[in-house]
Amino acid sequence: MEGATLVAFRRAPGDRIARGDVVAEVETDKGILDVEAYEAGVLERFVAEPGQHVRVGEPIALLRALGEAASLPAPPAAEPPTTPSAVAPVAPAPAPATAAAALEEHEHEAPRASPLARRRAHELDVDLTTLQGTGRHGTISVEDVERAAAARSPAPTAHVPEAAPAGAKPAAEPPEADARARMRRVIAATMERSKREIPHFYLSSTLDLEPALAWLAERNRAVSVEERVLPAALFLKAVARAARAIPEANARWTGERVERVADVHVAMAISLRGGGLVAPAVHHVDRLSLAELMASLGDVAGRARGGRLRASEMTDGTIAVTSLGDRGVESVLPIVFPPQVAMIGFGKVVLRPWVIDGAVVPRRVVTVTLAADHRVLDGHRGGLFLEAVEAYLTKPEDP
Amino acid sequence: MTADEIKRRLVSHLAKIASDVDVGAVDEHADLRDELDIDSLDFLRFMKAIKDDLGVAVPEEDYAKVRSLAGAAAYVAAKIA
Repeated sequence: MEGATLVAFRRAPGDRIARGDVVAEVETDKGILDVEAYEAGVLERFVAEPGQHVRVGEPIALLRALGEAASLPAPPAAEPPTTPSAVAPVAPAPAPATAAAALEEHEHEAPRASPLARRRAHELDVDLTTLQGTGRHGTISVEDVERAAAARSPAPTAHVPEAAPAGAKPAAEPPEADARARMRRVIAATMERSKREIPHFYLSSTLDLEPALAWLAERNRAVSVEERVLPAALFLKAVARAARAIPEANARWTGERVERVADVHVAMAISLRGGGLVAPAVHHVDRLSLAELMASLGDVAGRARGGRLRASEMTDGTIAVTSLGDRGVESVLPIVFPPQVAMIGFGKVVLRPWVIDGAVVPRRVVTVTLAADHRVLDGHRGGLFLEAVEAYLTKPEDP
Repeated sequence: MTADEIKRRLVSHLAKIASDVDVGAVDEHADLRDELDIDSLDFLRFMKAIKDDLGVAVPEEDYAKVRSLAGAAAYVAAKIA
């Protein structure tokens, strides 16, 4: 995700904002996302306007720290402010960098451009970082953008998505088809990057799921329909437990070394009706009870399909799971979702002959596959990870 | 409640879950998971809706009986008769 279109502000200047409050909505390739404040304060003013395309890390509003005096004459809106703190729209999905970090980076790198110039650059598919502004202090103007677009040689054929030739988006394309085409391009770019950069390896194990399913059936028999737990929740829990046991699977590669992540937020691949998929994070899966996990899972899946995910959910995942449920195929070899380093695929649960104590018996089994980044994880540790998944599914507990 | 009324209510719940499918046109004897392309979370939502709206809690061991629209309608009709 490189940017988003600001849809609306949900709070007004003068409002007190707590950390985590939703202050705005942005439209991205993955639907409408809520943008949360990363710091507390008083909403000083807006620096972007609805309809404007904003880049990742670009400020959209300014917050004044509580107790801080109101700021003096406002700096030009397009200038990334250093203080008061800014609310940045979206961190790059699924980069773990906080919005604050993204903002910091942006302050050094992003070119100055008027909001109008940014919008025009977005329309004309012009990369602002390649332009030299002719305005005051080198600010990029609309004219600079249009000049760059006009000077550009015919759109290069490589890497130009078919659905959107540069500068010539067909006007007749309905918005929904457009959103879907954009999502497809994001998926394509992410998968391309993953397969280009990440040396994947895969480990698979077929596990007897009978103990887990029997345990679950007994648990569910004793509770109401609302409190039933699905096997998918057990899979998430098993992966979160394994991530705790083998922490390098819950990590990222910085380019030089492994950086472990303290929290375990499991990104769950959710296919969308009509095509496409998103992988929003279910937070702190290792700490949730199964009932809490089911509630989170239902909430996130419902909002994912309704196009109402929060920006943090798109970026917070530290490890990922895809579960193909009770239909479909027996095994899946996932593609790791950078900057994560592991994704675990669960195939459908199938009835198979199984040998227990020397006798062949019918058992429901599932094939679990770990796809991992070999820069970070090795085969032996990967094997231990799958063993930890199996250990939980053989003897599930709550929490 | 008539069999038609039960079916009509079930269809309205399924229409909310699979909003992009013409639920009225599904083969009522086919597996709803195939007909509507729904997953286990969606199916659980359907079970909750049946309980909330029609007062019938379908135990997991009876899921096989309510996998189709016709099956679900017959199951509910038998329970509230």
